[in-house]
Amino acid sequence: MSTRAPTQRFRLALVHLALIAYALISVLPVLVVVMNSFKTRRAIFNAPLEPPLPSTASLAGYRTVITQSDFLLYFQNSLVVTIGSLFFVLLFGAMAAFALSEYRFKLNTFLGLFLALGIMVPIRLGTVAILQMMVSAGLVNTLTALVLVYTAQGLPLAVFILSEFMRNVSDDLKNAGRIDGLSEYRIFFVLVLPLVRPALATVAVFTMIPIWNDLWFPLILAPGESTKTVTLGAQIFLGQFVTNWEAVLSALSLAILPILVLYLLFSRQLIRGITAGAVK
Amino acid sequence: MTDRPKARPRWHIAVFLAPALLVYTVIMLVPLMQTLLLALENVRDGERVFVGLDNFRMLFGDPRFSEGFWNALRNNVYFFVLHMLIQNPIGIALAALLSVPRLRGVAIYRTALFLPTILSFVIVGFLWKLLLSPLWGVAPNLLGAVGLKSLFAPWLGQEAYALTTVSLVSIWQFVGIPMMLIYAALITIPNEVIEAAECDGITGFKQFFKIKLPLILPTIGLVGVLTFVGNFNAFDLIYAMQGALAGPNFSTDILGTYLYRIFFGFQLQAGDRYMGAAVATAMFVIILLGVCFYLFVIQRRMRRYQM
Repeated sequence: MSTRAPTQRFRLALVHLALIAYALISVLPVLVVVMNSFKTRRAIFNAPLEPPLPSTASLAGYRTVITQSDFLLYFQNSLVVTIGSLFFVLLFGAMAAFALSEYRFKLNTFLGLFLALGIMVPIRLGTVAILQMMVSAGLVNTLTALVLVYTAQGLPLAVFILSEFMRNVSDDLKNAGRIDGLSEYRIFFVLVLPLVRPALATVAVFTMIPIWNDLWFPLILAPGESTKTVTLGAQIFLGQFVTNWEAVLSALSLAILPILVLYLLFSRQLIRGITAGAVK
Repeated sequence: MTDRPKARPRWHIAVFLAPALLVYTVIMLVPLMQTLLLALENVRDGERVFVGLDNFRMLFGDPRFSEGFWNALRNNVYFFVLHMLIQNPIGIALAALLSVPRLRGVAIYRTALFLPTILSFVIVGFLWKLLLSPLWGVAPNLLGAVGLKSLFAPWLGQEAYALTTVSLVSIWQFVGIPMMLIYAALITIPNEVIEAAECDGITGFKQFFKIKLPLILPTIGLVGVLTFVGNFNAFDLIYAMQGALAGPNFSTDILGTYLYRIFFGFQLQAGDRYMGAAVATAMFVIILLGVCFYLFVIQRRMRRYQM
């Protein structure tokens, strides 16, 4: 048994080695692009794997991006769309989840399944009719159209996750509120909602990423210059400047950085959300 | 009902449910149904008429549509098979490594491994387009470092390799999802089960394959159906890397890009919303079949493993 500790340590070392190797595969490509965005064109081509040195550093790419495109506007659009949709998904989703988990009524199971249908069926397949509807409502090339679509897209999963969590809120608390004469609305907004904050954060992260990253609906519903989102703006900019490598690399880095910062801030929350969701 | 006070009408339930149901029904379900119905109509002599299954007959049989459709479907199946054979096993392996007891730095590994999954398709698509570009020496240089420079080719531009390359990029991006779901399942296996196995001398690889894997089969089933739905609904990555024409020569065309071209038209062909609706309906049926297969065949068989 004297060999046990060393073999175990050896085994752990192998595990680390494998994980480090794959972590490099995940991170290096992103790093190479961000790194090269800060270099001169010559250095980008001559030594792509070298970090920017004082002699090779350059912000020319960023200058092109800022002067030749409306990246700030695109950011603002993405932000408005993402936050707007997030607000409605969380509010409407929590309200519906509360109704489904708190009250017994005839259609309860049916409505739960009705909403769950949307988790499996992608909203994209209804695009043909969604576009028609938005055209007749005069909402093409507005951010409202995107907010509406993303709210509908996010609701099924939000209701599903939130009702799981709301079932765990203690009945005693709610009944005490009822005895004190609180209305059902106050019980929901004042007592229950603060208690499920962690679940709301989880749903928020899950809802946010696909909305921020979506290309399909901005391309179809809001391709106008004033309503472009970052994802669509980057796509078009990259297509136009395909030969200007510093600019392309800088545009990519600009699109990566906000998500990267948010991810590093919230990765714990996100991962806890996924792991908690899967246990159910 | 006679000796109980009559229930007050509970309007608040309706108030709580109304906004979500309204948005979901109006923006998602009704358009979905309309799309399915639109697939049964077409324009004849300038008028919109009901044509039954004619659109599908064209889609499956008329070479103007069917060649593209079957090509896209074939490519999509290949795309899905590669994800199942590469992405999910790698995800399982990474999850197994992450859940090794007494491992340090798990949080850092998780964050790094999940990073590509949160990036947008546009970023991922262009990032790899640049890295694989023969103009920029990154890929050939890296291959050169391990003495394999001769293997390099402009894969994205070659019909024979483009689809595989795009699939691998998609796998690189999404390996985080099976990894996380399976990791979550692995860490919830009760300690007693693992200890009992260790008492019987079952450890390491044997323990993983004989004890843990059967216990996480339901999660693997879920990962499978999520992969299926995601792959048959994919569009963005191909569009970002290869454009709406899904080149070279449609070799990377999948149902999502095909739908986009039929619906909006491209170059010489005009857009056709009726045929677009027919493609969307075909995709809907494929996804529905996959989900039903999971619900009624896989999940039912798995249930006996659940604890």
